[in-house]
Amino acid sequence: MDLKLDDHEKDGIRVVDVEGEIDVYTAPRLRELLIDLVNKGDYQLVVNMEKVEFLDSTGLGVLVGGLKRVRAHDGSLDLVCRQERILKIFRITGLTKVFGIHDTVEEAIKARKSEK
Amino acid sequence: MALVEVAFTPLPAHVRTARLVAVAVARRSGVADSLLDEVRLAVGEACSRAVEAHRQYCPAEPVKIALTDSGGRFEVVVTDAAPGDAAALDGLAQAGQAGDAAGVAGDVAAAGSPGGGTSQPLFDAQGGLQDGSGLAVIAELADDVRISRTAAGISVCMSWPSSVRER
Repeated sequence: MDLKLDDHEKDGIRVVDVEGEIDVYTAPRLRELLIDLVNKGDYQLVVNMEKVEFLDSTGLGVLVGGLKRVRAHDGSLDLVCRQERILKIFRITGLTKVFGIHDTVEEAIKARKSEK
Repeated sequence: MALVEVAFTPLPAHVRTARLVAVAVARRSGVADSLLDEVRLAVGEACSRAVEAHRQYCPAEPVKIALTDSGGRFEVVVTDAAPGDAAALDGLAQAGQAGDAAGVAGDVAAAGSPGGGTSQPLFDAQGGLQDGSGLAVIAELADDVRISRTAAGISVCMSWPSSVRER
């Protein structure tokens, strides 16, 4: 299994659970899911990357694309990740300044709710 | 002398194979565990770039990787056979050598504002990372990166320190 995707609603926010590796081969599936969610009207997203084992620049591009799409509807896309091996590429590219990155899904939802 | 050489059909599915081989050889060469994630990511980026270039210009040609351990350095060379165009090749060399990874964030932050973005935008209209961004990431991961134009395409050479051990 290269990439496993699932999503559910929690406190009015759509949580996308990602498990496995996000790279040039698997990233299109995540991209399509994010597009589908936005098309269905889900503009408040949390992408849970606690079980992501690998993320490259292709995956970053998908996340950035998702962020741009929800922002076009005044929405949000936050990330959940504590793994340094994954956070490294966010730091290298400076995207830690762009994404809200939280330790847990609950914290991500709480942070988003508190901004409203 | 090359330890391991791999040639693979330019399919995205094979980039993971290349990563796995590179990390296995790096570990065997004595590269520190703390650097293996960097090897994995850097090799993946280089191979992803080469695969996309081949899919555009020469889908029938294989992407090649040479993995060597010599003089206390573990070296990976990813070679493609995609001609591309002169301006794109120069841009890649500049992105890789300048390590312009920070430009990625700047471009996102300025997205949507008229005339926003860096002078070398790293995102396309769909939010996908442009060619060159992967090399900017590689430049931050390997302490020695050399990008050169070959007769056929581009060669990306990366290396990390390896331990000297008896084999």
